[in-house]
Amino acid sequence: MCLGIPMKIVAVDPAGTGTVELDGVRHAVDLTLIETPKSGDHVIVHAGFAIERLDPAEADARIELFRSLAESRERDGDGG
Amino acid sequence: MTTPDRILLAHGGGGRLTAALIADEIVPRFGAGPLASLPDAARLPGMAGGLVFTTDSYVVQPAVFPGGDIGALAVHGTVNDLAVSGAEPRWISLAMILEEGLPLATLRRVLDSIRAAADACGVAVATGDTKVVPHGQCDGLYINTAGLGEPIPGYRLSADAIRPGDAVLASGTLGDHGMAVLCARERLQVASGPVSDTGTIHRLVRAATPWAASVRFMRDPTRGGAAAVLNEIAGGRPFGIALREDALPFAPAARSVAETLGIDLLHVPSEGRMLAVVAPDAADAILAAWRALPEGAGSTRIGAVTAGPAGAVVMETLIGGRRLVDMPLGELLPRIC
Amino acid sequence: MKYVDAFRDPAAARALAGRIREAAAPLAGRSRPVQIMEVCGSHTMAIGRYGIRGLLPPHLRLISGPGCPVCVTDAGYIDAALELASRGVEICTFGDLINVPGSDTSLAAARSRGAAVTVCYSPLEAVERARRDPAREVVFLAVGFETTVAPVVSLVDRAAAEGLGNLSLLTAFKLVPPALEALAAAPDLAIDAFLCPAHVSAIIGADAYRPFAGRHRRPCVVAGFEPLDILYGIEGILRQLDAGEARVENQYSRVVTAAGNRRAQALIERLLRPVDAIWRGLGPVPASGLGLRPEFAAYDAENRHGLRVGPGRDAPGCRCGDVISGRLTPPECPLFGRRCTPASPVGPCMVSSEGSCAAWYKYGRIATERP
Repeated sequence: MCLGIPMKIVAVDPAGTGTVELDGVRHAVDLTLIETPKSGDHVIVHAGFAIERLDPAEADARIELFRSLAESRERDGDGG
Repeated sequence: MTTPDRILLAHGGGGRLTAALIADEIVPRFGAGPLASLPDAARLPGMAGGLVFTTDSYVVQPAVFPGGDIGALAVHGTVNDLAVSGAEPRWISLAMILEEGLPLATLRRVLDSIRAAADACGVAVATGDTKVVPHGQCDGLYINTAGLGEPIPGYRLSADAIRPGDAVLASGTLGDHGMAVLCARERLQVASGPVSDTGTIHRLVRAATPWAASVRFMRDPTRGGAAAVLNEIAGGRPFGIALREDALPFAPAARSVAETLGIDLLHVPSEGRMLAVVAPDAADAILAAWRALPEGAGSTRIGAVTAGPAGAVVMETLIGGRRLVDMPLGELLPRIC
Repeated sequence: MKYVDAFRDPAAARALAGRIREAAAPLAGRSRPVQIMEVCGSHTMAIGRYGIRGLLPPHLRLISGPGCPVCVTDAGYIDAALELASRGVEICTFGDLINVPGSDTSLAAARSRGAAVTVCYSPLEAVERARRDPAREVVFLAVGFETTVAPVVSLVDRAAAEGLGNLSLLTAFKLVPPALEALAAAPDLAIDAFLCPAHVSAIIGADAYRPFAGRHRRPCVVAGFEPLDILYGIEGILRQLDAGEARVENQYSRVVTAAGNRRAQALIERLLRPVDAIWRGLGPVPASGLGLRPEFAAYDAENRHGLRVGPGRDAPGCRCGDVISGRLTPPECPLFGRRCTPASPVGPCMVSSEGSCAAWYKYGRIATERP
């Protein structure tokens, strides 16, 4: 199970709650499961709770890997 | 589980249970006349010049939502049902059921909004009725509107006229209305969320009149969303419909919330959009005519009619796979799985 | 959508599908297809939603495992929730459970007869309901795997902090690693590798699968829920099989760490303890569930309302158990698409949108054809 979508933290309240944003839409979120959440962090949101951080460096590296796989495939003339 | 012996919320969702309820309880009793093909609006036989007739009830909660309110909706929905039947909307009735204790300010806002929407659509409120029920017997206010319109010459609409190769068009982003209402209703604490698309499409129908003979079928994707409309078109007929996921028009806000809640936007209602199946050689001209109007600015081709698989709506997914686009079940449920 | 759309890129998907075909080629001569179990229902959903099966070579099969908490929740649990509703308790639940059949009926049907059943997106909505009317008992249906456990069980802290005496949890939490063990113990199970869940792993950490992978010599690859994640995960599994390896590989490294979310683990540890649990399909599995610790019994709906979740009666002919354990594909069940459809589900796998049968019904009938 476990639908979870990456969203960006845009506000952190002292009570352990905060606001996250995805494509302009802002949601109230519970941040108590995240160690020292900060505005600008990306988190996975599940059932109104941030359940873990997303590491942008790891994400970008994977996106870059996929991009290079796609490019080398197309260069080799095998569209799949 | 056997067939439920009570009305469930999902019976009102425009999906499989709604279809079953109508097929089992309505058609056997009333299906002999103009109701037979379950049109959005009926062409009445024996009237000089022809008359097109429709009715719809509005129970949306909350009565005021981002982008509109129940009053605007009650005009738009009925006008749109006439329009997609190839008619020019003329007159509507207005029947209201009000709950004891409803703030007069709310009623005024809704009535003003009905007035503005009717003026914008060029329809007149010709007759009406008001009832008040004790507190607790309805949720604020419910509205019913019936509509009468005149057939626009040239339109001969029937899903049976659809042929493989025909183009499937959408007049704009899909599912905004349903997501806006869901966000307002489900205590989701969403800000800058989806905005309802409630509005009229009768000018789009008018704009397509030069190619009316090439328009096979039109419908507004309300309850059950585009998936329900397309399945109703293809169901039991000797052709299929193929959608391209990368061509589907969705607004960023609606998409953002739908991904969060695990909801398929193809199942979500719009209240100011239409889907049309048209002959392939007329598709570009109709799209150009629609795009020239503000309410059609987001018009696009979302798919095509195929020889098979018969009766099915299939989508080529973003990554090049294929999947079935099924009839929604009914109730839109936020899910965590 | 940042960090979402990039993982749905069509050109990269084509490239990965090609790499999967290459990696699968050396395995084509085996006597039976390569069988990969996606443990998690969200993987099952994504595989259906994106038509991933149609991109794979014919000798590669994806088997849907027990990773849908709704599907593995015993009918007796729904019966207990219905019993509470009939006593006038307000039931708060995720939308996923509303149509699940108990032994006789569902929460949706009970609601149509006047039961107070509220669908919640977040468990915190149950706190609001309890706050609104302190005289009314509110019970949250606490189902879910590791991902959902911490958000739900945090209700106990909220209720304690606010002094809410009318909120309790009917727990049926389930744990993934013990279920994997129970699956692997079955002598007739022919699973070559496991695609491990994304967000469960975010909580428990990728290292949680090490003992399992070592003991049973099966590759375990943690993958995200986006289509490129799934394709890349499958490729990783095939490369391990080609090389005769059986390692834990964490391909969802943008979210999952080796050790998992320690704050969530600490919360779970403080409030909950392992309990034996009944899984539809697997039967009783020792220490595969979580229940509230005795010191929090006031928030345990079974204790508070004096009822016990007993075993339910599954519908006659229902083969959900065999589907969950990978012995049957959904269309091989005699009820599938005939007596059992999403509009009138017989078993839980047809109810939950991520249930194997519902996903197959919604997406699969065409998606299994190759383009």
